[in-house]
Amino acid sequence: MMITLTNLQKTYPSRGAGAPVQALSDIELTVARGEIFGIIGRSGAGKSTLLRTINLLESPTSGSVQVDGVEITALSARELRETRHSIGMIFQHFNLLSSRTVFDNVALPLELAGVDKTTIRQTVEPLLDLVGLSDKRDRYPAELSGGQKQRVGIARALSSKPKVLLSDEATSALDPETTTQILHLLADINRRLGLTIVLITHEIGVIKEICHKVAVMEAGRIIEQGPVFDIFAHPSHPTTRSFIDPVINRGIPDGLRARLSPTPQPGSNPVLRITFTGEKATSPVISAISRKLSLDLNIWHGQIDEIQGAPFGTLVVEALGDATAVEAAISLLHVNHLGVEVLGHAVTANH
Amino acid sequence: MLSPQIIDLLIKALIDTLHMVAVSGAIGTLIGLPIGVALAVTGRGELLQNLVFNRIVGAVVNMTRSTPFIILVVAIIPFTRLIAGTSIGTNAAIVPLTVAAAPFIARIVENAIREVDRGLIEAAQAMGATPLQIVTKVLLPEALPAIVMGLTLSAVSLIGYSAMVGAVGGGGLGDLGIRYGYQRFLPEVMLAVVVVLIVLVQIVQSTGDWIARRVNKRHLKA
Repeated sequence: MMITLTNLQKTYPSRGAGAPVQALSDIELTVARGEIFGIIGRSGAGKSTLLRTINLLESPTSGSVQVDGVEITALSARELRETRHSIGMIFQHFNLLSSRTVFDNVALPLELAGVDKTTIRQTVEPLLDLVGLSDKRDRYPAELSGGQKQRVGIARALSSKPKVLLSDEATSALDPETTTQILHLLADINRRLGLTIVLITHEIGVIKEICHKVAVMEAGRIIEQGPVFDIFAHPSHPTTRSFIDPVINRGIPDGLRARLSPTPQPGSNPVLRITFTGEKATSPVISAISRKLSLDLNIWHGQIDEIQGAPFGTLVVEALGDATAVEAAISLLHVNHLGVEVLGHAVTANH
Repeated sequence: MLSPQIIDLLIKALIDTLHMVAVSGAIGTLIGLPIGVALAVTGRGELLQNLVFNRIVGAVVNMTRSTPFIILVVAIIPFTRLIAGTSIGTNAAIVPLTVAAAPFIARIVENAIREVDRGLIEAAQAMGATPLQIVTKVLLPEALPAIVMGLTLSAVSLIGYSAMVGAVGGGGLGDLGIRYGYQRFLPEVMLAVVVVLIVLVQIVQSTGDWIARRVNKRHLKA
């Protein structure tokens, strides 16, 4: 494991009459070598504090932070500075020095580490190439666009050859097109250099685009975590669902939603949401079930998405048949390892 | 028109003023800059928070700054005599001017450093910078335009203060204006002194603005 956080707690002491603020509670998290790990949450969820405990910009009240086998919380100030050379960080507002050129900004971590000028040039120039800014070498940050500034930030974070890159909302200040470019750059760096990346974001699109694993935070706790595909396919917490619903259309059109009742009504039919993942997304299970049980399935809504390159489909159907046939259909779907849930019961429309 | 003797006096007074302002400004900066940095980094929630140090140094700075300059000149005469060996003349006048300039510059430097984006400090910490490196590689370079503007302001203030040191025989343009223009009732001398002072302040201010623009890379066009 590259990063292991164990039983992490962070409490901010009360200011004046206020109660102490519990910023992080019972955080358990591991990030494997070479992984892109995303942490998503709304503002104030504690994700920024969590990210900052990894390089100890925030020190936890209790618990353990291990990076590449080293217990960071036990280090002396000098050892911590040494360790920080191997943990790069990029920021939402880039945090570039306005008084330094692009080259000098990227060179800063090396200067701080006491690296000689020749080595600095040999390190910085290929990095500027990597992020596509060789022609901006002698420009100042004020002369760059947001995307270019973040590229400088990335090159700067990479200049000390870190094992881990921490990304603090790195794309939140950028427009959608630039966001995609920066995310692709990060994914590319992850692949090419095998760099472990931990990023925090409030944008689910960022998670969907490049992360392998995701943790969802709320009120200082991790409420759900796992491989991105699994979490997207089967979110268990309402907050997770509220993040995922806008990008993966698991919902049903409003007009049809109005016809749903939570309990069976006289003459109502159950409405099922069936989720297909991976291989199953492309096999004809529905028509097979329909034939086998002579159950008519009225399709309300369907969609196929792609998460991390794997197909992911949802289908919302109204089952027109008696209760036993519906039960049998549900168990058949389970046998076929498809996700299924009863959304409600459709009352016949008033025409 | 001014007589050649008066013109000679005017030139000598200008040189005296420039001498006093330059030396007290330079020494004041040497003393004020580190004090300003120390005040900025020891404040609450800052890099090297040390509230006791911060309050004590802050109080000393405030004491000097709240004393009217003409009172300061007279009050520190023993100290002046200790440093300059005399309490009269241009060199003696440099002592109170420096004592007034240093805390003024310290506050200016402190404010300029506090204006530096906190994100830059955090970024430098994340890179493993020592506190000293953060000061020299991040805070001072980033605060430089504001510091240059502040030093310009200090220089203009010092030109004004230097007019008062005539009280201890300090010489300079202010002294010339009082003795010849006012006491001997030579309005043309008074006018000449005022014109020279105006031109001097304009030159100092424009030069300061120009340097500040040169070192400020924040407003470059994309």
